[in-house]
Amino acid sequence: MTGTDEGGDLPTESRVNDFAFRVATVNGTGSASANGLILKAIHRMGVPVSGKNVFPSNIQGLPTWYELRVNRKGHLARTPKFDLIVAMNPSTYAVDVAEVQPGGWILYDDSWPLSKTLIRSDVTYLSVPFARLCVDKFAGSRERVLMKNIAYAGALGALIGLDMDIVRGLLEETFSRKKALLESNYVAVKMGYDYARTHLDCPLPIQLDKMEPDSRHILMDGNTSIALGCIYAGATVGAWYPITPATSVMDNFTMLCKRFRTDPDGSKRFAILQAEDELAAAGIVVGAGWMGARAFTSTAGPGIDLMCEFIGLAYYAEVPCVFFDIQRTGPSTGMPTRTQQADLLSVAYASHGDTKHIALFPADPEECFRLTVEAFDLAERFQTPVFVVSDLDIGMNDWRIPRMTWDDDYFWDRGKVLDEAELAELDSFSRYLDVDGDGIAARTLPGVSAKGAYFLRGSGHDKHGEYAESEDGYQEVVDRLVRKLETAKSALPDPVIERREGASALLVCLGSSDGACREAIDLLGSRGLVLDLLRVRAFPFSRDVEELLAEHEIIFVVDQNRDGQFRSLLVNETGIEKSKLRSVRHYSGTPLSAVHVIKEVLPVLDSHLDHTAEASLSAHPADLLGSRV
Amino acid sequence: MTSITKPRIRIPKLDRNALGLTRMDYEGSMSTLCAGCGHDSITAALTHAFFELALPPHRAVKLSGIGCSSKTTAYFLSQAHGFNGVHGRMPAVASGANAAHQELTYIGISGDGDSLSIGLGQLCHAIRRNVNMLYVLENNGVYGLTKGQFSASSDVGSKSKKGEPNQDGPIDPVAMALTLGATFVARSFSGDKEQLVPIMMAGLRHRGFAFVDVLSPCVTFNDHEGSTKSYTFIRKSNSEVVGTGFVPIQEQISTQYEPGSVRPVTVHDGTTLYLRKVDASYDPTDRSMAYAYLKEHQDRGEIATGLLYIQEDSADLHAREKTVATPLRDLTFESLCPGAAALEDLMDEYI
Ligand SMILES: Cc1ncc(C[n+]2csc(CCOP(=O)(O)OP(=O)(O)O)c2C)c(N)n1
Ligand code: SF4
Ligand SMILES: [Mg+2]
Repeated sequence: MTGTDEGGDLPTESRVNDFAFRVATVNGTGSASANGLILKAIHRMGVPVSGKNVFPSNIQGLPTWYELRVNRKGHLARTPKFDLIVAMNPSTYAVDVAEVQPGGWILYDDSWPLSKTLIRSDVTYLSVPFARLCVDKFAGSRERVLMKNIAYAGALGALIGLDMDIVRGLLEETFSRKKALLESNYVAVKMGYDYARTHLDCPLPIQLDKMEPDSRHILMDGNTSIALGCIYAGATVGAWYPITPATSVMDNFTMLCKRFRTDPDGSKRFAILQAEDELAAAGIVVGAGWMGARAFTSTAGPGIDLMCEFIGLAYYAEVPCVFFDIQRTGPSTGMPTRTQQADLLSVAYASHGDTKHIALFPADPEECFRLTVEAFDLAERFQTPVFVVSDLDIGMNDWRIPRMTWDDDYFWDRGKVLDEAELAELDSFSRYLDVDGDGIAARTLPGVSAKGAYFLRGSGHDKHGEYAESEDGYQEVVDRLVRKLETAKSALPDPVIERREGASALLVCLGSSDGACREAIDLLGSRGLVLDLLRVRAFPFSRDVEELLAEHEIIFVVDQNRDGQFRSLLVNETGIEKSKLRSVRHYSGTPLSAVHVIKEVLPVLDSHLDHTAEASLSAHPADLLGSRV
Repeated sequence: MTSITKPRIRIPKLDRNALGLTRMDYEGSMSTLCAGCGHDSITAALTHAFFELALPPHRAVKLSGIGCSSKTTAYFLSQAHGFNGVHGRMPAVASGANAAHQELTYIGISGDGDSLSIGLGQLCHAIRRNVNMLYVLENNGVYGLTKGQFSASSDVGSKSKKGEPNQDGPIDPVAMALTLGATFVARSFSGDKEQLVPIMMAGLRHRGFAFVDVLSPCVTFNDHEGSTKSYTFIRKSNSEVVGTGFVPIQEQISTQYEPGSVRPVTVHDGTTLYLRKVDASYDPTDRSMAYAYLKEHQDRGEIATGLLYIQEDSADLHAREKTVATPLRDLTFESLCPGAAALEDLMDEYI
């Protein structure tokens, strides 16, 4: 998005706690800590904020960006419109300069002069000689680079009104055991701050204003909250193979296990196995699930590909196991550090033969926690693989979410597992017999009783678990699996449905599209265009989904993939007429923004609706996509 | 995988073991393999070993991949849970199951296709993890179940049934296991029950990954003239290096052998194995010696068999992971979930 949309000066008061800026740096130079510091400081000022990393698949030396959005109303989805750019990476100056909204600002390092070709007349340049200041203040070359990046946090602090006491407090927390580092970091921050104060026109109209101190919200990424969910759900076996963006799930699980699952004598109430590949990771999880432990693996699309054979086995032989898919941009290796929702089809029907799986779609880290706990219950209750489908945006970015709470009355649902006493009551045990008529057969765990012993096989089997090549024996079991999934539908998390008076269309989304869709609905609403919202949280879809779709004539299905995979699933799994589902797709690798949604939705509504409220049509779309969308 | 339930015939005077069980209590359903298949003899040896050790059948866990060999988990220990998974991936399933419950006795059955082609990586990594299990590779140099293709253990020049010689070099699973640091490495022959049963018993007692490569002729696809995995060829080339005797806890070691020719080895539960060495200078606890000996035999066209290497004290997966004594799958919810107050505290760290 270049700054060519009409813009100009906006009323000053509206810029308080409502703006976005982007920091351009080189990866591996300490900018991550500076960006984290800024994000946290704003959060502690009580102002709703989000931070999104746009980073390369590389360890050191390539361009990286961090996008911060401040929005007092709490609209924190990505916005591609930046009021301010902190340009710390000369190699991306050209891109960065072009990204600023007209009327915006560019903060850059003028230790070296800026090329004439990079001068725009519609933006304001703010210069700080960061490199020179750091050379004067610090000794080692590595320290100079690192401190340059901390210094911009200080300059920014002066420009947008970061509370410096909060910044100091955060540094003290971070470096509580490294006093020397605390001091040098603080010196760098102060240096940037003081320079900006004396040399620049501070503060800018884009301003932070402390809001009610907010201890009801936290900042957390989705991979941490998934790990936390695994801890609270009582998962004990984790198997994995490293892959971006899923790696930090197991990193966090490891960290939390050290804290919550390790006895004083060092013995552990968990086992984390780093497997040789995703194939083995899936096998380990299936083995542990069969043995009766709550087991999970975390991976991304390429890993799901490798796991498919085991997923099919677990589906057919009915073994509980949980898979976390933190989606990234495909196909193939694709863009490993960019986000998409492109594994929907491969997860829903993973593996050959007739298979279909339960999948849950959290919209943010808070829901990651809840749905993770639910996933383990569902896996054991329905004795089947359950997928929690997150993505890079949710998984690796810090989100402002309500504090998570726990209900101590919760108790895990292990499903139908016959113990020794229950087995003793039976004449005989048949592994795949549907006794209760809900499609769910009782299982037994190895080592408990000879009477419960059965031979699990991926080959054809009948309801007794015996090898079957007969039509009836085989078919009876696969038909029951369909009934089992039917039963599951009503136990899955409900969709989020928001009906609005006078709605003329329905916006359907899942997962991380939620924020952008809500914002789009809000903006359109302010122009008299009313939309209902349906956010699906589980597959297979419930009746409610089908009913709401049937109620509407104009339906937009939002997908963060090229092929409209979510839409395909709706077409395939509901009775809805295909032509009724209009596709809104965004798949460049960046998180969805309201801009993307409005751009697709507006022209359609425009041509379909007979507007009595002159509002929407008289407005140029660009207006709606105003600078702070 | 077909299986036929065996008719239960009560024979009055069967031997009973310490648990009061007979050999029949360790059997499974009727084998559907070809008559004379080496794999069936291995099944019989396993049944015997279990009976001798008086292990409770339902405390065993049987795992396998896919192949004629992998089918055999249905043919013993019908009172134990079995897991017949996907081709070549049994080691991962075994690792996961074992991680969840360390107190059961794990037996993995695989074939040369299952272990050395599709599942080669899985086998290697299960060895590295030192999963506490008996791993039996039923090695016939051929893919039996898919009807006679060469496998990765087929020797160069060994002829297929149609007379074509194999050209790609073989993977020797024993040499491989030794170099990967396996803590128990043996080779045997399905036709040599005297040798096989004590090796199985020792493997079941060993804490850690007990790897046993058993040459097991495929009578249908690889037992002809010109094959190096036929009954005739193996009988001719078999050279026993270390014989295994087995002394359960508290029994005396018999002294019927020359001094120096018997080497007692005590495994973790106090059981003593005595290794009867053909060559007095052979030391089965010396990995490099085992490797050199193996090569020497190979160069002479002989197949060295016996319990070739054992590491008495090794840390298995659980010892390394330092898991609690209670199997993970039996931990209570209360001992796993930190509860509301802990979450409340944790949240403060994310403000
Ligand atoms: C993924 C996959 N590929 C191929 C097969 C077909 N297949 C079944 S058994 C087998 C070979 C088994 O050979 P081996 O492990 O040596 O067992 P044997 O039958 O010789 O005992 C193959 C290739 C399969 N079941 N799964
Ligand atoms: S084909 Fe070969 S390996 Fe398979 S059962 Fe027959 S003899 Fe045994
Ligand atoms: Mg074979």
